[in-house]
Amino acid sequence: MEILVILVPLALMLGGAGLVAFLWSLKSGQYDDLDGAAWRAIADDEPPQEAPAKR
Amino acid sequence: MQVTRDFSHYVRDAGEGVQHIDLAVEGVHCAGCMAKIERGLSAIPDVTLARVNLTDRRVALEWKAGTLDPGRFIDRLEELGYKAYPFETESAEVAEVAESRFLLRCLGVAAFATMNVMMLSIPVWSGNVSDMLPEQRDFFHWLSALIALPAAAYAGQPFFRSAWRALSAKTTNMDVPISIGVILALGMSVVETIHHAEHAYFDAAIMLLTFLLVGRFLDQNMRRRTRAVAGNLAALKAETAAKFIGADEISQVPVAAIHPGDIVLLRPGERCAVDGTVIEGRSEIDQSLITGETLYVTAEQGTPVYAGSMNISGTLRVRVSAASEATLLAEITRLLDNALQARSRYMRLADRASRLYAPVVHATALLTILGWVVAGASWHDAIVTGVAVLIITCPCALGLAIPTVQTIASGAMFKSGVLLNSGDAIERLAEADHVIFDKTGTLTLPDLEVMNAADIPADIFELAGRLALSSHHPVAAAVAQAAGAKSPVVGAVEEAGQGVRATVDGVELRLGRPSFCGAETLVGRATVDPEASIVAFSKGNEKFVLSVRQGLRPDAQAVIAALKARNIGIEILSGDREPAVKAAAHALEIPEWRAGVTPADKIARIEELKQRGAKVLMVGDGMNDAPSLAAAHVSMSPISAAHLSQATADLVFLGRPLAPVVAAIDASRKALHLMRQNLWLAIGYNVLAVPVAISGVVTPLIAAAAMSGSSILVMLNSLRARSASREIV
Repeated sequence: MEILVILVPLALMLGGAGLVAFLWSLKSGQYDDLDGAAWRAIADDEPPQEAPAKR
Repeated sequence: MQVTRDFSHYVRDAGEGVQHIDLAVEGVHCAGCMAKIERGLSAIPDVTLARVNLTDRRVALEWKAGTLDPGRFIDRLEELGYKAYPFETESAEVAEVAESRFLLRCLGVAAFATMNVMMLSIPVWSGNVSDMLPEQRDFFHWLSALIALPAAAYAGQPFFRSAWRALSAKTTNMDVPISIGVILALGMSVVETIHHAEHAYFDAAIMLLTFLLVGRFLDQNMRRRTRAVAGNLAALKAETAAKFIGADEISQVPVAAIHPGDIVLLRPGERCAVDGTVIEGRSEIDQSLITGETLYVTAEQGTPVYAGSMNISGTLRVRVSAASEATLLAEITRLLDNALQARSRYMRLADRASRLYAPVVHATALLTILGWVVAGASWHDAIVTGVAVLIITCPCALGLAIPTVQTIASGAMFKSGVLLNSGDAIERLAEADHVIFDKTGTLTLPDLEVMNAADIPADIFELAGRLALSSHHPVAAAVAQAAGAKSPVVGAVEEAGQGVRATVDGVELRLGRPSFCGAETLVGRATVDPEASIVAFSKGNEKFVLSVRQGLRPDAQAVIAALKARNIGIEILSGDREPAVKAAAHALEIPEWRAGVTPADKIARIEELKQRGAKVLMVGDGMNDAPSLAAAHVSMSPISAAHLSQATADLVFLGRPLAPVVAAIDASRKALHLMRQNLWLAIGYNVLAVPVAISGVVTPLIAAAAMSGSSILVMLNSLRARSASREIV
């Protein structure tokens, strides 16, 4: 049962990492536009002819 | 006079030489629009950020300071086919966004704690029936306490605060039993853990908080979304005023940038956006949005004008007494205050349920403790059983029963063009059994229409429309729109207060007052309609008369019939003249109507109906309707209504049809039915679970299973509200 000494802190750390990641994503505004984010994932990339103009 | 557009009021400094503006955009609804707008705006040099928010229908723009004029973005969006206008976040919306983020953070913390405590609880449950050592069980309990206590202290804040507020005000709400249940469960679990006991309820307490936070968040999100849409609509009305920035120089500035004491120019055909006094000029103004009266009023030096009045004929200079609608007619303000006070006495279904629920539950827990002591159990065992009763009856499903239905029903209403201003509007609308309509702007459309277009030859009508384009007069604008005219007649001259004339191919065309066109003889036959404005059109010696008036909403008749079919009483209360109201009532087959009604009379009528036990739905748009909108059991306004009425109404509907009124009633009735059903489901669950808890055989495993089971059942039942409001009228 000594394995608990490793497993329990490990589980809590993983859970804590998840919580920190959630709070960070909330703070950086990733839940502000849920509808838009869904579409952005499948949107086409910028057309290539516009790319040189930006540099 | 030079006219410029000035949006500097909306531009924010984003630091590092970058400026920021938020635009509300109309008609963005897919990924294609999003990409098109972002590319179109990024292509402008010096733009550093162009990002569309598809949920709120807004664009955030940033550019290098001093290089661009914000007006250029609006022009560019117009080229792309979108109407846009700068947007300023109201303080109410900022508060809702902050609250919504706080609830999400609480939910994140509670969900994290629930998952981890559950991970520790499951070995304990299975270990209790197998071979777990007591030391191991204590270790797991202590770990659970370590996670659950700080998490509950943070994530429980929304409930604890609200419960404290209620108790301070010597009332109770749903959050009082929730807070008591959570605190007792955690406290008892700590005591039990110290005494090496077999059962601890950390998992139940934190899971309860998680489920309730889901309900709270859904409720909050619904309100936030409504605020965002309402904010956009206000921005897209693009209310500006021509402000004098020099003796002879005017600038078109947003209303938000106008201050008392400024002088603005009001041209014919413009709607006044401020309250003020005329200091120069003479004109007729249409105050129907304020008083409901469709007859024009003469304005000259010293006449007060209110936001929402339409200037008809002459140009006026107005000294601003209050920007937007800070001051109002004193009478309306007084009536409104009284009515709002009366309305705050309504008690929500959830609060009514908890007022019955809390004493019953707490008495049951107390009786359980006393009962066990009388039956010979130790005080410790009796108290543990009593707390178990509190935990198992904690209103988890009850807390979800109403917010889930509200969220889903408001989504369904949103699709049929109805926005909710207040959370309990659904409950109150469902009870409505008598509808009072205002006439002007509610049963009729706010814009003017040409009534006898069919009687006039198409080519003549088109010519009249093209000529009308050269005039600022609202009636001319209505003629131009009805004729679908695009290109104005070349060389048209407007004679103020008379009409427009032009000469085409040697034939003189005139549009304006009948006397201006020499068509007085024709008018006698046309003026059967008391509400219509008569304009004449002459082409050489051919003369025609056009009758222009506010038309009824296209589906008004069908909606009235649908309301009658639902056994809802209908009447019209209007501030307009008797012949006009009579004509509308007759056309819609509404036997009960009153004309020339003052705001105080409207309230008196509503009170009279209330005395008889009727639940009144008031539908109105004018500023004169605002007090009665607040006095009625529930109220609705069209989106074209005066600001004040829109802010007072419980629901706001979009677009030209009146059908959303019926759709909203249907959706809310279905929602109320589901809310009641959910409450009964929650109570039914308690009736089954409480005897088990009283008997003292409840383990944490049973509590957790019962709690999640009932919550899921209630949520699934709420989803049925989605199918509501499909069939319109």
